[in-house]
Amino acid sequence: MAWETVIGLEIHAQLATKSKIFSGASTAFGAEPNTQACAVDLGLPGVLPVLNREAVNMALRFGVAIGAEIAPYNVFARKNYFYPDLPKGYQISQMELPIVGSGHLEIELEDGSSKTVGVTRAHLEEDAGKSLHEDYQGMTGIDLNRAGTPLLEIVSEPDMRSAKEAIAYMKKIHALVRYLGICDGNMQEGSFRCDANVSVRPVGQAEYGTRAELKNINSFRFVERAINLEVERQIDVIESGGSVVQETRLYDSDKHETRSMRSKEEANDYRYFPDPDLLPVAISEADIEAARATLPELPDEKKKRFVSEFGLSDYDAGVLTAELEVATYFEVVAQECGDAKLASNWVSSDLSGALHKSGIEFSDCPVDAVRLGGVLKRVVDNTISGKIAKQVFDEMWNNDADADTIIEQKGLKQITDTGALEAMVDDVLAANADQVEQYRAGKTKVLGFFVGQVMKASKGKANPGQINQLFKQKLDS
Amino acid sequence: MSLDSSDVKKIAHLARLGISDDAVPEYATELSRILELVEQMNAVDTSAVSPMAHPQDVVQRLRPDEVTETDNRDGFQGVAPATEDGLYLVPRVIE
Amino acid sequence: MHNKTIAELSAGLSAGEFSSVELTEACIQRISTLAGRSNCFITQTPERALEDAKHADQRRATGDFGPLTGIPIAHKDIFCTQGIRSSCASKMLDSFVSPYESTVSAKLKAAGTVLLGKTNMDEFAMGSSNETSFYGPVRNPWNHDVVPGGSSGGSAACVAARLASAATGTDTGGSIRQPAALCGITGLKPTYGRVSRYGMIAFASSLDQAGPMTRTAQDAAMMLQAMAGFDERDSTSVDVGVPDYSANLADSIDGLTIGLPREYFAEGLDSGVGDVLEQALETLRKLGATTVDIDLPNTSLAVPAYYVVAPAECSSNLSRMDGVRFGYRCEDPVDLEDLYKRSRGEGFGEEVKRRIMIGTYALSAGYYDAYYLKAQRVRRLISDDFTRAFDQVDVIMGPTAPSVAFALGSKTDDPIGMYLSDIYTIAVNLAGLPAMSVPCGFADELPVGLQIIGKPFEESRLLNVAHQFQQATDWHQRAPQEYL
Repeated sequence: MAWETVIGLEIHAQLATKSKIFSGASTAFGAEPNTQACAVDLGLPGVLPVLNREAVNMALRFGVAIGAEIAPYNVFARKNYFYPDLPKGYQISQMELPIVGSGHLEIELEDGSSKTVGVTRAHLEEDAGKSLHEDYQGMTGIDLNRAGTPLLEIVSEPDMRSAKEAIAYMKKIHALVRYLGICDGNMQEGSFRCDANVSVRPVGQAEYGTRAELKNINSFRFVERAINLEVERQIDVIESGGSVVQETRLYDSDKHETRSMRSKEEANDYRYFPDPDLLPVAISEADIEAARATLPELPDEKKKRFVSEFGLSDYDAGVLTAELEVATYFEVVAQECGDAKLASNWVSSDLSGALHKSGIEFSDCPVDAVRLGGVLKRVVDNTISGKIAKQVFDEMWNNDADADTIIEQKGLKQITDTGALEAMVDDVLAANADQVEQYRAGKTKVLGFFVGQVMKASKGKANPGQINQLFKQKLDS
Repeated sequence: MSLDSSDVKKIAHLARLGISDDAVPEYATELSRILELVEQMNAVDTSAVSPMAHPQDVVQRLRPDEVTETDNRDGFQGVAPATEDGLYLVPRVIE
Repeated sequence: MHNKTIAELSAGLSAGEFSSVELTEACIQRISTLAGRSNCFITQTPERALEDAKHADQRRATGDFGPLTGIPIAHKDIFCTQGIRSSCASKMLDSFVSPYESTVSAKLKAAGTVLLGKTNMDEFAMGSSNETSFYGPVRNPWNHDVVPGGSSGGSAACVAARLASAATGTDTGGSIRQPAALCGITGLKPTYGRVSRYGMIAFASSLDQAGPMTRTAQDAAMMLQAMAGFDERDSTSVDVGVPDYSANLADSIDGLTIGLPREYFAEGLDSGVGDVLEQALETLRKLGATTVDIDLPNTSLAVPAYYVVAPAECSSNLSRMDGVRFGYRCEDPVDLEDLYKRSRGEGFGEEVKRRIMIGTYALSAGYYDAYYLKAQRVRRLISDDFTRAFDQVDVIMGPTAPSVAFALGSKTDDPIGMYLSDIYTIAVNLAGLPAMSVPCGFADELPVGLQIIGKPFEESRLLNVAHQFQQATDWHQRAPQEYL
């Protein structure tokens, strides 16, 4: 039987506020355990939550960016359950009235087509602490620094039909929250996390199959693997006569398997009710307009502009705009050198290749955009060749010098003096009488050999096109 | 609504309250009586009435995004039942 | 000295008749000999008191003081007080020495009050007789065989016994007013949002409100002045200016319209209490007030709605008592579930467990609409009743409690009977209104309280009416024989 996969994602994006959603404790990552957990975060008796304005603003910006419905009021509710990393015995979240209602965004598929994915809702909530399972006298240690960090939980419609689509959606949300400046997107530090609801159904069937919720898939790579693994598992279960159980499954990247988390399953009855410590949050039309006014250029718009303004292909524009940092970098390079296509090629192949090879993140790139632009500017004005540009770039990778300094110091400037070049051409012709004969006999391919000789003699500083011309003039006259 | 022993056990589990088996029937009786009192609410039709969560008809005030709290781990952990290396300790959690 | 009101003591301090240290020493002495009789204190803080008193005397000497500077008071043990056990009368928090200070206690400290100790109460404020305390029941100073009322029974007994001139209380369903009535003192529950709830251990967040318990309305005005005000740490605190509560005390109440809810003077009200109230109303009429009968038709639904809303909120509020970060932890838990269940099972008393279970049930899947949502709708009806009534009248009056203080142990096996002792006070919390109880006579040799209910944020009017009543009567000056 042919099966269709149905996927919906729940993405938790930690909002990039300075302080927590309901307290004035810092949200900075990596502090000593429990040094950033204040009385409110610890849920001491008698403490009360007060909502962070910036968390609300950030959620609003997201809502406006995906064209979502924003209700005039949203309400915080308590989700009650006991767990040691949940200090109050309830998580303050939103249930019936989330801040961001239904919206949508476009994802690009590999075949170049695009698809609209629905966002059901996005709501504000507080993050939990962390359980550390290293052995503390046979006990688990609890660090509540993370408790109370603002989260935006973004829930998609079950609109994805393959792991690849799920990745494309996840990357799109990732790009969006970073463009909006509302989340640093750091998946290693857990700032951007993903759960996937996965089910399968026979092709053509209208009803959804029973879904499993995959937890803990916190890299783009894992999402794809975990989903494919789960799809295979569900098909196996059904084809061998069983049925899929609705449950939460944990993806184990080491063992490459998903396994049931029955411990979290038992009788989940969260007893949601409006948090009496918090009042309804009012969002006015003016608030929405203000959020809209602060929106930066978003990935889709930027991509369109790159195509129209710089004449880039859809594909190149897509690659460059997938990450805000890359797009911004590219624009500076293009500006500096005055040749957008050259800049595009360099940023998306030479530069990213070099970063990849050295295992360096884009944000830690040793060559800033102005310096790279400076190199390419000298290619554009024929001061150096493309080949020399790579040499200058390699040089820059290890020091802080700008292009002109390197070109000057290393004497890499292209030889444009026709007299000097002519002398070199004459030397080559004089030293290679046999090849001159061959050329005249019609074997014009030796022209390449001649050019190569001059390039060698000039240590790459000659302009190959110009030399080519000179040889032709001399030999054909 | 009358609660039986299994209801009481289920509720006690949800609320993580350890109660002895001996006490369950008495809880069932008492809780059922309280529910009987509570169900007097049903005497009035409220279908057209909007729920009231707060006495005051006011909206949430928003706090500026500023870090105002400083580390007081030692102060807070002074009242904790069990800590080590700055962590709160609980019996091993198995996922 | 112990028979003086705050106003009198404040005048005495200002006149240099005595110092705060002398006054405080006298209080400490009296508490050490008399507090045991009623068991009204959980924790006495004599050292802290003397420190506060010295500081207050210094402040008075340097001119940096207010009317409360140097006045000894007590706090209900529901307020978190830094460095002092803040137990909420529960085994669960017996070891909880608060690492932070509540807003109410901080404001009173800043006003220069002297802290004598933390008063006994019903466990987590759940009770109407002060018999659910982990530290044993409180006895009524008027008769040690009867209850003082609850949950602020320790504060009421402490003020009634002249051990402190004032104490703080909290009121979720009558917990200031009912014990004030039963102990013959003055108690004020402010409008919801008037006093910060930060640092007050939550019972039912949408109902809880702190207020003063004093001998006189004049003292209540002075205390409320220090306690009230906007707090940025409490989202439900209302940013409304605090008036001068003492400014209008002397105003005449000639022309005041008093609404008397028929439902409050109907079946269920003890006839002796009814007679006393009628006399009190006659006094008010003589002062120029007129009384009109009004209807609060949904009165009978208040107790049922309350016993959904309050337990629902408390079931969630008390989830943080899990034996992990503070408070009681059972011995040698075998696993996490055991830790939770035994710590909570052993740490909470019976009434608290009952309410947690009712609340858990009312919020659970399949029952939320029938119980919680229904109760919130009924709450609206009750609130609307008051709004309509206040179109006609300035204040509403009635009994604070249906009877005088009852015998210790007489209702401990009858939760429903106990719940019904708050029948006249609960609706006020559901509607978030301000209300007072003032002493208005005796029945069966025990005090009776007159309840005065006002419009939102009209505490000044309540205090004015109460003060005028107290100018015309001397019930508030009566003291129990044993504590004269």
